[in-house]
Amino acid sequence: MAEKKISFEESMVKLEKIADELEGDNLTLDESVKKFEEGMKISKKCKEILDNAEKKITVLVGEVEKDFSINSSTEE
Amino acid sequence: MDITPITVEQLNNYIKKKMDGDEFLNSVYVKGEISNFKLHYTGHMYFTLKDEKSLIKCIMFRSYTPHLSFMPKDGMKVVILGSVSVFERDGVYQIYCKAMKQDGMGSLFEAYEKLKAQLEKEGLFNEKFKKSIPKYPKTIGVLTASTGAVIRDIINVSTRRNPNVHIRLLPVPVQGPTAAGQIVEGIKRMNQEELADVIILGRGGGSLEDLWPFNEEIVARAIFESEIPIISAVGHETDFSISDFVADLRAPTPSAAAELAVPNIIDVKKNIEIYENRYKNSLNKKVELMKLRFEKCMNRKAFTEPTQKVNELLIALDMLIKRNTKSVTKIMNEKSSEFVKIATRIDTLSPLKTLTRGYTIVEKDEKVINSINQIKINDNIGMRFNDGRAEAKITKIIND
Repeated sequence: MAEKKISFEESMVKLEKIADELEGDNLTLDESVKKFEEGMKISKKCKEILDNAEKKITVLVGEVEKDFSINSSTEE
Repeated sequence: MDITPITVEQLNNYIKKKMDGDEFLNSVYVKGEISNFKLHYTGHMYFTLKDEKSLIKCIMFRSYTPHLSFMPKDGMKVVILGSVSVFERDGVYQIYCKAMKQDGMGSLFEAYEKLKAQLEKEGLFNEKFKKSIPKYPKTIGVLTASTGAVIRDIINVSTRRNPNVHIRLLPVPVQGPTAAGQIVEGIKRMNQEELADVIILGRGGGSLEDLWPFNEEIVARAIFESEIPIISAVGHETDFSISDFVADLRAPTPSAAAELAVPNIIDVKKNIEIYENRYKNSLNKKVELMKLRFEKCMNRKAFTEPTQKVNELLIALDMLIKRNTKSVTKIMNEKSSEFVKIATRIDTLSPLKTLTRGYTIVEKDEKVINSINQIKINDNIGMRFNDGRAEAKITKIIND
């Protein structure tokens, strides 16, 4: 399975965890600031992944992977 | 000869009774082709069953239709189980259908049921083996035909939900004798080459025969063994295939499969923003709390009147000094008056004073003498007066 996917999914889990920690009472202000910065960094990264992912629709023809479009397929 | 006519109603009633009393007509299997099929809004199905030479009206009441494994269509060859009876109002006889299956599928249907039971017994449908569908898959693998509505629907729905999604189609035939083998190969390849995070196995609707590859044991086992979660979307909402049971998730249609596989990017972004807001809010809250604590602290006297304590101490010190000064003065005064007293006493006792009154002090060898036994004739003695000294010689000693 593609590694980047896991990191995105894990990132989302981490975002949730950080939110819980920040909303709890166990962190000092310093720690909170650190967690906040960490969370914002991860969320930014997640958004980048979402925005920068390249739209790809491909078809595997034998061992070769080609771009695929519905129009070209309906002509077949 | 008297002719007593009966009513039409009586006739139809008579015929109905005759037919209803016939054991053979009570339960017949009839095969034929469906035509004039109508699904009435009440849920009952009306159609005609025909062959090359003949036809008969049929009705299937709503209470029986949910048991159908397929949706009847004109032209479909079916076998019907039902009873033949008369609809008196119209004077027609018709088959009241209780069950219907597609003709020629008898052996297939049995095979389906048998395999389903066997795999179920083996635990292949067990919930505990179902892998969860990744929430944010990067690549969606699609196993279906490269033409037709299925792939089109999947692409449309997926790209609508997430314009940046990666769909990787591995074309496979979805019907015919080679389909099952190629579907199995496709699933294996996706796994071996790690081509996807989730697989949609899709096919449009069709007859049980058309859907057969998805009821093959090799396909079921390949789905079960796949490390990549598989969403099965075979046929219409009403169709079930063994693939659907083995798959990690069953989608009623290929479009629904795409919705299940591809997260809506807007929702995901919204979620991320919700997290960000939660961070901001909780941090702000914490800072506010700190501020409050700080202010509370700063409002305490130590900070608002920092000199007060010092002043208090200074006052206390002053008082101590005053008290000390007082007592020292007092002691000094006491001592000084005592000194005066003593000095006065000393003064009164001083021999010098006595001398002024006419007494003299007699000394011998610089020591005061007070007895005649301390002197002899011719001793030199000193005499101390009030205002000076004199020397004398003893010439006579008289004892008193």
